[in-house]
Amino acid sequence: MFTFLVQRLFQALIVMFVISLVAFAIQDSLGDPLREMVGQSVSEEERQVLRDELGLNDPYMTKYGRFIGNALQGDLGTSYFLKRPAVDIILDKLQATLELVFGAALIIIAVSIPLGVYSAIHPKSVWTKVILAISSIGISVPVFLTAIILMYIFSIELNWLPSYGRGDTVIILGWESGFFTKDGLLHLILPCVSLASIMLPLFIRLVRSEMLEALSSEYVKFAIAKGLPMNKVYYKHALKNTMLPLLTVGGVQIGTMVAYTILTETVFQWPGTGFLFLEAINRVDTPLITAYVIFVGLIFVVTNTIVDLLYGVINPTVNITGKGA
Amino acid sequence: MKFLKTKLTIALLATGLCFSAVAADITVAYDSDPVTLDPHEQLSGGVIQMSHMLFDPLVRFDKQFNFEPRLAEKWERIDDTTFRFTLRKGVKFHSGNTMTADDVVWTFNRLKKSGDYKAIFSPYKELKKIDDYTVEIISSKPYPLVLQTATYIFPMDSKFYSGEIDGKDKSRIVKHGSSFASTHVSGTGPFIVTSREQGIKVVFERFDDYWDTASPGNVDKLTLVPIKENATRVAALLSGDVDLIHPVAPNDQKRVIKTKNINLTTVSGTRIITLQMNQNSNEALKDVRVRQAIVYAINNEAIVKKIMKGFGTAAGQQSPAGYAGHDESLVPRYDLKKARALMKEAGYEKGFKLTMMAPNNRYVNDAQIAQASASMLAKIGIKVDLKTMPKAQYWPEFDLCSADMMMIGWHADTEDSANFSEFLTMTRNKETGKGAYNCGHYANPKMDALVNKANAETDPSKRAEMLKEVERILYNDAAFVPLHWQDLAWGAKSNLQVAPIVNALNFPYFGDLVVK
Repeated sequence: MFTFLVQRLFQALIVMFVISLVAFAIQDSLGDPLREMVGQSVSEEERQVLRDELGLNDPYMTKYGRFIGNALQGDLGTSYFLKRPAVDIILDKLQATLELVFGAALIIIAVSIPLGVYSAIHPKSVWTKVILAISSIGISVPVFLTAIILMYIFSIELNWLPSYGRGDTVIILGWESGFFTKDGLLHLILPCVSLASIMLPLFIRLVRSEMLEALSSEYVKFAIAKGLPMNKVYYKHALKNTMLPLLTVGGVQIGTMVAYTILTETVFQWPGTGFLFLEAINRVDTPLITAYVIFVGLIFVVTNTIVDLLYGVINPTVNITGKGA
Repeated sequence: MKFLKTKLTIALLATGLCFSAVAADITVAYDSDPVTLDPHEQLSGGVIQMSHMLFDPLVRFDKQFNFEPRLAEKWERIDDTTFRFTLRKGVKFHSGNTMTADDVVWTFNRLKKSGDYKAIFSPYKELKKIDDYTVEIISSKPYPLVLQTATYIFPMDSKFYSGEIDGKDKSRIVKHGSSFASTHVSGTGPFIVTSREQGIKVVFERFDDYWDTASPGNVDKLTLVPIKENATRVAALLSGDVDLIHPVAPNDQKRVIKTKNINLTTVSGTRIITLQMNQNSNEALKDVRVRQAIVYAINNEAIVKKIMKGFGTAAGQQSPAGYAGHDESLVPRYDLKKARALMKEAGYEKGFKLTMMAPNNRYVNDAQIAQASASMLAKIGIKVDLKTMPKAQYWPEFDLCSADMMMIGWHADTEDSANFSEFLTMTRNKETGKGAYNCGHYANPKMDALVNKANAETDPSKRAEMLKEVERILYNDAAFVPLHWQDLAWGAKSNLQVAPIVNALNFPYFGDLVVK
């Protein structure tokens, strides 16, 4: 176990180093940050002075060296536009993003398990066909469109739900949350549903196929033959065994979801990291862009490592140390 | 008893009416929120919009481009280089300090130091205090645009911004990184900022001691929220979450007009959208007949109608109506036959190839406009290799004048015709900074001289004649392809009286907004 951890940590460091190199290398092709900082009538000489001040005219390696030196001390630069350290901004905005992801994950769990199980138990039912048809549509509609359609129906036409932002939030244990106010919860619904819509079809199908596999396995057949009540067979024996792949896929997908929030957050003006990133690109706020890319890389590395570890804990047949059993 | 009852009803009614006329709390959604609270940090629409809420200029434009007295009550030209302003008395800053000539002098000196503003104030030698409520602005040479530049002088509270905080001067102007002035504010404006979360919202509340007691404005609290996405902004208005939005994308305008209790207010804008024809990179564009053919071939009226959904005014020149140099006879000139004839005359009957670049997120429908122009040019045999890209990548390309035709929009910071020529069409000159955005490389010494002469002419009517002549020269030389002036649009609930406070400059005077 310990060797595995050390190994993974080492791998993670290499991955992070490569990501930092890439994140830094793209900076120069993003455009000229000066354009967003100065008015149209400012002369080229003035711009050059500002470029020098910002260190934009230094050679690539000098810039990268300076960046790595600061990064190792936890300083990923200061946003040109928001004028605060990039790390602080991302940590601030992360609360909103994590709430969105958490809400979407709840919806996914609450919807995908019952629907997946139902469609596996009743493979020939009309409802199964409906569920599968809707989920294929769901997987092919871009989240941008889903979000706008939801907004059209529930905000404009029915006027039930608010169209943008986070609403009222309260600070609980240093965490700014929308889960504890009515207004905050109402604001969460549409963005969470939109975000969940990307992952939901995948999970319904995953639960269904895992459940089908479990149902055709020897131990289920045996349990049925033994005369156990069907509900007990389905929910106690079969369902329990579908949870394992769900956990591994789910863990990895949560990382993906944090990255997917870019579109959802943009449509709903959700003040999270995804929206922040898109804005940063528009404004060529390079320190913030680099910090975000590194940060998302970190999330992927961490979630993958945790999932690998959990997998070993839950399924003892998997030997994560790589040595023979 | 009955009498008393009626009286009571009247009184109640009266208070009721007063109440609804006094306390208005509105939410406004823009596509972005101000970058800073420092009016001198960046010369951009957003910052000036904010300045009109937190500060007041010496004078401001009304809807017809006339000047309205604000902190300057009176003004007069003393001689060719001296202009005197008489300041309003009893104007209080948000901090409680009283505004005097010292504040105006202090503000002027700070403007001279601001990277973004120093160009506008470069014609001036100094701003002199005559007495506590009189100042004189002195230019090094005769300069006609004193009042135009005075719309940029928003007196700041010199006492409030002087001194040091954490060992740094409170008044310094910082482009990248935080400063005292970018987060603290004391102006004379109708509103004070009570809370600000950048990118989420800014809350403005009415300043109790605002000097302009004659203003009909009754907005007590104004929350400004940025909503980047066009569709979301409209949805927020239609669902009643916000009271006023800007901008409204051309595609959404019908929807806004049709909705009950919501109005659309449009004003024709002053930003000209053009295509420049690079005479250095493409031999054919040196020929005036080819350039004219291109102008004749691009049907900009159709572009306005189809792509802009009527949300713009097709242009034949740089200066919009209302500007000194606007010549009414210079109209759009789409004529395919004539275009073909000119191509033949120039020896390009079989056409030629050229490259074109345009941004895809800078101007309204910019990429579609470029595509339409390209296909219109195909009709006279010009094959266009078009590239569109996000503005962040476009500007570095524009700096290099990378393509044979490049799109550029321009809003004159001085609201004056000469400004267009100084940046877009005068001969490129590194030393004087003229023609800095002239990617057409059009060079005409006669026109250059005329613009320079106009900028030293203090007689408005003589000056207007010169600027009109400039427009005529550019028209005949087909120096660039004029496309249109973008309109501006605001969508609002019908109880907001938006029309009186908005203008072509896109600086709404929210202090005067009446909410019924």
